Amino acid sequence: MSNIKQALQERILVLDGAMGTMLQRYKFTEEDFRGERFKDYPTPLQGNNDLLSITQPEAIKTIHGKYFEAGADIVETNTFSGTTIAMADYQMEDLVYELNYQSAKIAKEVADEFTAKEPHKPRFVAGSIGPTNRTASMSPDVNDPGYRAVTFDELRVAYKQQVEALLDGGADLLLVETVFDTLNAKAALFAIEEVKEERNIDVPIMLSGTITDASGRTLSGQTAEAFLISVSHIPLLSIGFNCALGANLLQPHLEAIANKTDLAISAHPNAGLPNAFGEYDESPEEMGEQIEEYLKRDLINIIGGCCGTTPDHIKVIAKIAAKYKPRRHAEFVSASH
Amino acid sequence: MKIKQTKYMKLSGLEPLVLNENSNFINVGERTNVAGSRKFLRLIKEERFDEALDIARHQVDGGAQIIDINFDDGLIDGKESMVRFLNLIAAEPDISRVPIMIDSSKWEIIEAGLQVVQGKCVVNSISLKEGEEKFIWKAKQIKRYGAAVIVMAFDEVGQADNYERRIEIATKSYRILVDKVGFPSEDIIFDLNIFPVATGMDEHKKNAIDFIEATRWVRQNLPNVSVSGGVSNVSFSFRGNDGVREAMHSVFLYHAIQAGMNIGIVNPALLEVYDDIPKDLLEHVEDVILDRRDDATERLLDFAETVKGSKVEKGVDLSWRENPIQDRITHALVKGIDAFIIEDVETARQEAEKPIDVIEGNLMIGMNVVGDLFGAGKMFLPQVVKSARVMKKAVAYLNPFIEAEKGDKQEPVGKVLMATVKGDVHDIGKNIVSVVLACNNYEIVDLGVMVPPEKIIAMAIKEKVDIIGLSGLITPSLDEMVYLAKEMQRENFEIPLLIGGATTSKAHTAVKIDTQYTNAVVHVNDASRAVTVVGDLLNKKTSNNYVAAMKKDYDEFRAKFLKRGKEKSYISLNEARKRKFKIDWKTSETIKPKEIGVQILKQLSLKELVPFIDWSPFFRSWDLHGKYPNILTDEVVGEQATQLFADAQEMLSEIIAKQSLKPKGVFGLFEANAINEDDISVQKKGNEVAVFRTLRQQLKKRDGIPNIALADFIAPKDTGKTDYIGAFCVAIFGAQELAESYRSKEDDYNAIMAQALADRFAEAFAEYLHKQIRIKHWGYGANENLTNEDLIKENYKGIRPAPGYPACPDHLEKETIWELLEVEKLIGVTLTESLAMWPAAAVSGYYFANPEAKYFGLGKITDDQVTDFALRKNIAKDKARKWLHPNIAEE
Repeated sequence: MSNIKQALQERILVLDGAMGTMLQRYKFTEEDFRGERFKDYPTPLQGNNDLLSITQPEAIKTIHGKYFEAGADIVETNTFSGTTIAMADYQMEDLVYELNYQSAKIAKEVADEFTAKEPHKPRFVAGSIGPTNRTASMSPDVNDPGYRAVTFDELRVAYKQQVEALLDGGADLLLVETVFDTLNAKAALFAIEEVKEERNIDVPIMLSGTITDASGRTLSGQTAEAFLISVSHIPLLSIGFNCALGANLLQPHLEAIANKTDLAISAHPNAGLPNAFGEYDESPEEMGEQIEEYLKRDLINIIGGCCGTTPDHIKVIAKIAAKYKPRRHAEFVSASH
Repeated sequence: MKIKQTKYMKLSGLEPLVLNENSNFINVGERTNVAGSRKFLRLIKEERFDEALDIARHQVDGGAQIIDINFDDGLIDGKESMVRFLNLIAAEPDISRVPIMIDSSKWEIIEAGLQVVQGKCVVNSISLKEGEEKFIWKAKQIKRYGAAVIVMAFDEVGQADNYERRIEIATKSYRILVDKVGFPSEDIIFDLNIFPVATGMDEHKKNAIDFIEATRWVRQNLPNVSVSGGVSNVSFSFRGNDGVREAMHSVFLYHAIQAGMNIGIVNPALLEVYDDIPKDLLEHVEDVILDRRDDATERLLDFAETVKGSKVEKGVDLSWRENPIQDRITHALVKGIDAFIIEDVETARQEAEKPIDVIEGNLMIGMNVVGDLFGAGKMFLPQVVKSARVMKKAVAYLNPFIEAEKGDKQEPVGKVLMATVKGDVHDIGKNIVSVVLACNNYEIVDLGVMVPPEKIIAMAIKEKVDIIGLSGLITPSLDEMVYLAKEMQRENFEIPLLIGGATTSKAHTAVKIDTQYTNAVVHVNDASRAVTVVGDLLNKKTSNNYVAAMKKDYDEFRAKFLKRGKEKSYISLNEARKRKFKIDWKTSETIKPKEIGVQILKQLSLKELVPFIDWSPFFRSWDLHGKYPNILTDEVVGEQATQLFADAQEMLSEIIAKQSLKPKGVFGLFEANAINEDDISVQKKGNEVAVFRTLRQQLKKRDGIPNIALADFIAPKDTGKTDYIGAFCVAIFGAQELAESYRSKEDDYNAIMAQALADRFAEAFAEYLHKQIRIKHWGYGANENLTNEDLIKENYKGIRPAPGYPACPDHLEKETIWELLEVEKLIGVTLTESLAMWPAAAVSGYYFANPEAKYFGLGKITDDQVTDFALRKNIAKDKARKWLHPNIAEE
């Protein structure tokens, strides 16, 4: 695992692009989502992408493979919604361990194949830990601002289960991403620390927040720097931003944290902003051009794509990333207990 | 005291609170503590959480950088209240922007608090009182939740009450936290126990000095930690005598802060300014705090009898609030304070017979004072605009009352129509004049920018205005003004016409406009003069004489001007061409740009432009004259300039943070050669894609002094050398929207500020891009190393002249640039019919790289060049005359 820290000193690492965008191309039907195993499941399952790791594992494997082929160093597991909290919509809370375990296992198999082929370029699997669909520091009810739909402890327990399954399945590192409420992220980090302590292991953690608009704040209202400070108590491999914005609009927020931290910096922006049909249509070249601006400005250690990005995007990004040196950052400091 | 520190504490609410070597004392609000505020306790007991939130808000508004929250009381459910209150605070961004200090002696309350706050908090507190094991466990949990911690100087033996025990416990706690828990040292805050002095007991004598000395030791020997404490304890024995207490707090803090205390719970209402403490009181208090005399306590007790209660209001001086209502209103207007104006106007309204009386009486009295001070040069434009903001708020409040009493309308002293003429978009000056006139009770009919003459005429008739004011910045606007004067004459207008704007002049007004209109035409180029001019023009008793005097003055001025004009003589275009600026093309090096072609600047952040801002013109736009930075300390306008600059900086940071302005730019670098003497052929891969027409000086000069045209700086085709030229357009988008958002809140001050800053950003952008061109894209100046001052002084090689400015006053060339760079398509900057750029904060021009290229003024040209120019450009001579006429010498 120290591999990734070493690789991070040597070059800009490339993260994969969107899983959802690639899955859409398969046009899976309700039946495809259910497969044999869930054909009589009581709730509709179409749209539960995480489930495809069990019912359509070949598709997931193929997508991971395409991203590695395109030049990604790291792929994310297909587990963005892999918590009891997010799976409650599908009444699949009991399946959470298996979903995460299988997703990590699949990704790891593909990664190992590529590493065996190209030992000079080891491939890594990041266990994707999404924000869930609830917020711990905001009320969903405008008339009752003191109300909370989820507590820190509920999040902590749910995240802990996801983390254990991802690690058991073979994830090399963990990626707490699309953080729009810092308190949710703090619960995830708390859970990870508990697992690390119980298992007496170290595991690299990437943390990636989401800034939703030009105000430069997270959905829960923090500035980029306040967000950075709020999660700096845990030894992180990297910090950065993903989703919500295209590469050009994300740049000022990356700049806002770049000179405030010695951590490695990651970014996986969307392929522009959605058009009138909700589709992302920024071309790989357009996105690459904007990403190159980051690299020219020495902002980045890990770069990839979020919504709307494809292996074509990652290919262009990887090619550009290879031309630049990584942002200089402090050696990874391991946790001391 | 100099403290060596390698790491500094960082906390966060919605916004960061970052300590550094220059940090001042951090003030912790204490009113949201049931032990510290009876009112807060009562509100919580009665579950009046909304009002409890107001207390928190007041603390933050009052300057608390952290708020301490404590629910330790036997009669309330501390855990439940903590969670509920913190959840409610999270929904109030004006409170939750600061970090929270979660204060409880019960761990379960602390943990419940840590679970509901997203920012990095401070836990208040833990200590070794319950033994090392529990201490370690709590510290680990706090670290995992991501909070800083206050450690009390307390252990199993008891509370530290002298110097040695404080050091002993602090050291032990520090070692455990840092070595065993791995707690970040910068996140440790020691509370070293502030105890009362002057209690009459000998063992309390050293309480203050021991705290101070222990603080010094801890900050020097336990790296990176902070020291905090509750200050009011120290004066406990003087309860009831706030005068002495305030002095004691100040003296204690003065010394403790010097020793390294950097955080504290202080009630700002109970604090005297150290330097303001009377000498004798100071001496007695310092004797006690520093334990300088055995009889210090007795002496202070005796002296305390003579000290009256608290007298100095802290913070903002609000003593003017005690004055009679008229004084308060006048004060608010003169000082531009809008915090109390509604309240005061309401009071005045209740006292007045009719609501209109408040405007015509109280407010006008105040504004007259403002007007007098302004006229006497004792107030400056930015202040007056702030006064206007207060006035507008007051009037907006009164209007519904006035309308309720129908038929009772405020009578303005006059109605002024203001407009920026057709084809022109620049309106800062017009807006300033409007505001200043509005302040003086004129009603303003502002038609905005790019107003066609028909509309001005129609609106003037419809609104029955008393005066028309026209503004414009670019030269074609001068024609529009002439045209409007003609139209006014044709329509038999009798009202005066005011002319203003950067390109206007008394000469042009006298020669071209005044002659078209038999009634008054007055050139007014600064806002401060506008009020007196309008006053004189509209005063029924004096206006006839004033207008007659004005006309006479303009007649004489015109006569003198025209005579002077004739004294100059010009040479023919052919002759001028023979006297061109000669560059030795055999030796002169033409450097090929590194990047040929057109490029767009999409992702520039405003922050990068800030260092390129030239501030002097910013002050000029506010009628404050002087060079930055000297202007900030100028004897006359320094104070105002400093205030204005501070306000500008504040808005600047906000603009950058919110990205409310957006820079966009495009530039291109091309192969080029001079052809036909005065033209520049621009080529892409050998094909001509554009021709720039340049104009040549024709003023007769001494021998050896050349008659320059820009084309002279480019190698002529017949030299066989390939030369290069660049063109650019940069603009700042969003200024209009931003200004409008302020204007809709009756805030003209900030609206004008926003526009002025956008203009500065546009110029800075041009400067920034020129530098990038020199060192990077073209690359001929890669080795230059110039300061910002050098840039403003133009100490670099190469020039970037702009169409419409002295070297190339012909605006038509913008069309060529627009076509060549596809400016409108690529970045959305458009040209009006008068060839003004929109958005208004924009700069466009050419790049010449030859080291001999220099800025010059074209001056006047003669008819032969106009003919030649029209021919070369293939346009009608009339059209050429129209665009060039400000530069055509009178026959």
